[in-house]
Amino acid sequence: MTLVGKEIAVELKNDVVLTGTLHSVDQYLNIKLTTVQVVNQERYPQLTVLKNCFIRGSVVRYVQINPGDVNTELLQDATRKENSPAVGGTVSEAKK
Amino acid sequence: MFCKWESIVLSIGIIMEEPLDLIKLSIDERVYVKCRNDRELRGRLHAYDQHLNMVLGDVEETITSSEEDEETGEEIISKRTRNVGMLFVRGDIVVLVSPPLRTS
Repeated sequence: MTLVGKEIAVELKNDVVLTGTLHSVDQYLNIKLTTVQVVNQERYPQLTVLKNCFIRGSVVRYVQINPGDVNTELLQDATRKENSPAVGGTVSEAKK
Repeated sequence: MFCKWESIVLSIGIIMEEPLDLIKLSIDERVYVKCRNDRELRGRLHAYDQHLNMVLGDVEETITSSEEDEETGEEIISKRTRNVGMLFVRGDIVVLVSPPLRTS
């Protein structure tokens, strides 16, 4: 399951909202967007020329996703697995 | 140095070992998330990780802002809400996560 190639809207901590096609994501949740469009262009005219951009993960507040692009059942199962002590051990156990 | 959490075995047999286990019980339930900058979210919890990055579905976001009335100097508190179908929330803005609201 990947959102790469899907249309997303990234809301930054400074209230800028960028929509675009997700090109890639890395471990820091840095995001590369292609075909970028800024929402509320009148307020941010300097951003209208953006076509592709790299967003530092730490400045992201939300990522709005099309619900149809996500398999929620898969997400929930993966979350339960990742946070279950039986598989691989939790962080707290690793510290003991 | 690290506090060892007493394992609490609930009657339904789920082991509670650490604070995040409380959130684990809330998967696929509607949760309340308080965020920084007077933002509140209510939505169905689909996923989370140890940073409290989360994926919420059918989200209602409430933003509370206050401004001062120029004439009377009174504080006017206004709330704006919006709905988002599916939202990834970055963990660093999360202040608290509360399990499903049984009331209301």
